Amino acid sequence: MDLFIAIFTGTIIAATPLIFAALGELVVEKSGVLNLGIEGMMLMGAAFAFWAVIAGLPMPVAILAGALGGAAASLLFGVLALTFLTNQYAAGLALAIFGSGVSAFLGRGFGSAPIDALDRVSIPVLSDIPVIGPMFFRFDPMVYFAILMFVVISWFLYRTKGGLILRTIGESPETSHAIGYPVIRIRYLAVMFGGLMAGLAGAYLSVAYTPLWVENMTAGKGWISLALVVFATWRPLRVLLGAWLFGGMTILQLQGQALGLAVPSELLSALPYLATIVVLVIISQNRQMLALHFPASLAKPFRPAT
Amino acid sequence: MRIAAPVIATILTLFVGSLMFAGLGYDPATTLQAFFITPVNSINGLSELLLKASPLILIACGLAVGFRANVWNIGAEGQLVIGAIAACGVGLFYPNPESPILLPLMFLAGAAAGMAWAAIPAFLRARMNTNEILVTLMLTYIATLFLSWLVHGPWRDPAGFNYPQTALLPAAAMFEPFDYAYRINGSVFITVAAVVLMWLFTDRSFLGYKMKVSGAAPLAARYAGFRESSAVWTGLLAGGAAAGIAGMAEVAGPLGQLSPQISPGYGFAAIIVAFIGRLNAFGIVLGGLLMSLLFLGGEAVQMNLGLSSSLTRIFQGILLFFLLAADFFIFYRLRRIPEHA
Amino acid sequence: MTPRLELRNITKSYPGIVANDDISMSIMPGEIHAVLGENGAGKSTLMKIIYGAAQADSGEIWCDGKPIEAHNPASSRALGIEMVYQHFALFESVTVVENIALSVSSTFDLDTLARQITELSNRYGMPIDPHRRVHDLSVGERQRVEIVRCLLQAPKLLILDEPTSVLTPQAVVKLFETLRQLAAEGCSIVYISHKLDEVQELCDSATVLRNGKVTGTAKPKESTSLELARMMVGSKLPEMHVSASVPSDKPVLAVRGLSAPARDKYGVELKNVSFEVRGGEIVGLAGVSGNGQAELIALLSGERTHSNALAVHIGGKAAAHLNASERRKLGMAFVPEERLGRGAVPPHALWENAVLTANRHGGLVRHGMVDRTKATGFARGIIERFKVKANGPQASAQSLSGGNLQKFIVGREIALQPKLFLVAQPTWGVDVGAAAFIRQTIVDLSRAGAAVLVVSEELDELFEICDRLLVICQGQVSPPLIRTNTNREEIGLLMTRVDRGNGTNGRGEVAVQD
Repeated sequence: MDLFIAIFTGTIIAATPLIFAALGELVVEKSGVLNLGIEGMMLMGAAFAFWAVIAGLPMPVAILAGALGGAAASLLFGVLALTFLTNQYAAGLALAIFGSGVSAFLGRGFGSAPIDALDRVSIPVLSDIPVIGPMFFRFDPMVYFAILMFVVISWFLYRTKGGLILRTIGESPETSHAIGYPVIRIRYLAVMFGGLMAGLAGAYLSVAYTPLWVENMTAGKGWISLALVVFATWRPLRVLLGAWLFGGMTILQLQGQALGLAVPSELLSALPYLATIVVLVIISQNRQMLALHFPASLAKPFRPAT
Repeated sequence: MRIAAPVIATILTLFVGSLMFAGLGYDPATTLQAFFITPVNSINGLSELLLKASPLILIACGLAVGFRANVWNIGAEGQLVIGAIAACGVGLFYPNPESPILLPLMFLAGAAAGMAWAAIPAFLRARMNTNEILVTLMLTYIATLFLSWLVHGPWRDPAGFNYPQTALLPAAAMFEPFDYAYRINGSVFITVAAVVLMWLFTDRSFLGYKMKVSGAAPLAARYAGFRESSAVWTGLLAGGAAAGIAGMAEVAGPLGQLSPQISPGYGFAAIIVAFIGRLNAFGIVLGGLLMSLLFLGGEAVQMNLGLSSSLTRIFQGILLFFLLAADFFIFYRLRRIPEHA
Repeated sequence: MTPRLELRNITKSYPGIVANDDISMSIMPGEIHAVLGENGAGKSTLMKIIYGAAQADSGEIWCDGKPIEAHNPASSRALGIEMVYQHFALFESVTVVENIALSVSSTFDLDTLARQITELSNRYGMPIDPHRRVHDLSVGERQRVEIVRCLLQAPKLLILDEPTSVLTPQAVVKLFETLRQLAAEGCSIVYISHKLDEVQELCDSATVLRNGKVTGTAKPKESTSLELARMMVGSKLPEMHVSASVPSDKPVLAVRGLSAPARDKYGVELKNVSFEVRGGEIVGLAGVSGNGQAELIALLSGERTHSNALAVHIGGKAAAHLNASERRKLGMAFVPEERLGRGAVPPHALWENAVLTANRHGGLVRHGMVDRTKATGFARGIIERFKVKANGPQASAQSLSGGNLQKFIVGREIALQPKLFLVAQPTWGVDVGAAAFIRQTIVDLSRAGAAVLVVSEELDELFEICDRLLVICQGQVSPPLIRTNTNREEIGLLMTRVDRGNGTNGRGEVAVQD
């Protein structure tokens, strides 16, 4: 039972950075922009948050610093992709490389000592319920915040005019522009929101998940988040489910030895990557389903006619 | 016009670089000199420049073939690793370690392994409609883990004091340096041949033409009856072969054995090289030299000034940012498509 | 009385062309005013300027006696100016009511809005269901959505850009009733068209444009077609020479029982399509856009292949499983609807674009290598023979005007000496002179023995050059009609419904060629 609870809670925690990053990217892609640079933005977020903790700033400020770091990085991509109309693939790759460089550069002064991780909070009364309590009510606040962001984003996308505007810009920026919406400005906001969320994801990694500075600590989680959005066929609930699936895979890898699996640790480490490929292949088979919620203008440069 | 953007981007990168150094409290002039001049101020420096530029140019040539057709292989790093593993395996386990055909066999093994690794995303994209960006990347992580398992486990040198590395390759499995004072060796000729081949292929051949059309206007390619799957296969296999050969040349050249870290990110940097070179063979040569200089500079300032070598990646990123932005001003502003009423 | 809208000396240039040159006009409340002109005369640009979707370089716009400043679509709507685009500004993936909610400024209350839509659309005799997704709607229904969207704002001025180009003749009659009702309620209407008969039937006054300039004003109901046509196209009206056709014995293109499922949610399913095209004749395919033309032409050109090889025969050979390049070996050539990005690669030079389809001809490609000299010569030949205005074979495809690029593509395909020539929307967005030239070229090609299939939404064009006509509706193709024995009304009826099973349609005679 304890092992089950450990795997369950571990899964939820491991999924949290993926939820932040993938939901952020979902919003960006819904607006018709493909930002491949999540990995770079996450690393920026991780470095900024870690730096803030070392500098003695309180934890909420540190997490905010991480989010802003991600947003600042996303702005670089935004200028290239939205104002300069560059190839979005290339701009995203540049951001991924740049972000990993900047984070490594900042990280050279971080040393190798762990920091005090973000505290978990036990919700009064509820957390004392046997089994249910440890499973659901003893996480750190960011875990709940990720779920809250899922609710907010789902509501925004499908229940508000703002969400409708965002989705329709993703279908046809030309039409949105013709009706009179400021397409570029809205896309900038979406891209920065995506950066904010990726920054949060990175901050979560460095101050809560593994509160220890390691270069390139995201280890491909940004790319997995990208795959998650495809896996989710651009729907928020499936992002959530997908993130938990991948979180479970990560935990299986960590708990592999505990479970007595006699396989090389490298094979277990490769599991999430292998699973990403398998999942992508399966989901790509159903073109109809992919097309249903696919933002039709994704990755196509748009410039308003004058 | 075609070379204006890279030149402007390079100048702007140097400018931002000096600002950055100044901001960090270093004298920009000295630092820039330490970064860009000192490393190549000697014959050994030039040898190192070519040694590092060679895999970058080789891989970028292969990748550019795919990029021209909008086939986004960004997992060259993984293909390089697999190529190096295969080549090293041949070098270590071929029955006759003095055979003259050992090196050619390793070359073939490296190329074949790189292509095989790239064939996975090619098959998945061509037959299963699966995005090659994510698959090539995931395979890079898997390749690195595979390498790590090999050098920690079955291939670890029993006489290697428990270090995670293989035994050294026999002499017949190594490229012989031109001069033992320097590390540069005959594998640069492979790169030279690749540049010429790439130029012939992209600029003169019909298959290269078809791939250019696939990239610039997929609907036009379909209209003309060019198969998309052949562009996908050609693009990915070219990149895989180039990266595999580069991996072979690393292990049979400066490395001499496998260890968990065999590439300082050549596979990723080559993507930037391909873009700086405008996906054009001779542009890629210049881009590769520039990128190699960034690597050397990063190492040099780390050694001489105690700065982090991660500066290299920052410079790479900034350079690519500026290049993409400069493209906009040069190509889009000046050659805007007239809109008709 | 103050004019509802007044334009004073509007000028607008784009790189290379002056789209509007010193245009002035005024429209009174309740007036239906036509802006008449050929393709490329500058009508659409002018409308975008009125609506604020584009900014004039100079000149003034006055509305109800006040100048409009800081002009954009939002400020236009605030003034009561609404516009129905030629290519609708609707999003396919969301519902009617969501589409409309995007352009009204009221609070986001879809239920109330849906009730208003139902009520208003019924009042003007064009009912629509607010909760349907736009991609499920026919083109005519989409236009209703656009118009209802405008009407919800209680507009003072309504702009319609070529509203009938996607409608059947019957739907046009309905639309005109609605517009007259609106005008009677005091709404001014700007009606953009190149169709004289419609303008004469509907409009109170007209401003005629040619090459971006006003060439005259008229009361259409009191003017003759000839007078209006002169103003539109200048003194010389191009003439066509269409000689009698001598069809070959065997069909060059035979389509037999071709069925294909819709490819995606916006696609159309093709149902049991059968027809033949013989050498020496021109067969036209009429239909309202979005009824399966795109799907059919892709299956004929080989851009989409079919598992049943026998469904399409070219020159007597089963060809439905072949791709475009393999079909070209059988003598097919094809001019697609989209010139940039499909018929030509926009940034590539004309000589490179020649290689696109002519790679099997005249040694342009040998031993797997492209012969640049030969390709350049080939492109130069097309430029000269088809009078393409271009800066030589090195000019990029995107640097050419629509008409000249179309001439180049038509020329390239004809230079391949096809036995079967497929062409979609041959004269869309092409100026009058080039259009006449292209049509004549197509006729000449057929008279030299080629089988020609023309897909067009312009009935005038089809009636001008075709020997036989097919009508496509909801993925079904009617039996062929002989052009001289049918008329627009019959085609119009077929455009909205296809009788299944029996061999005859409407009142026309079924063409029997044997």
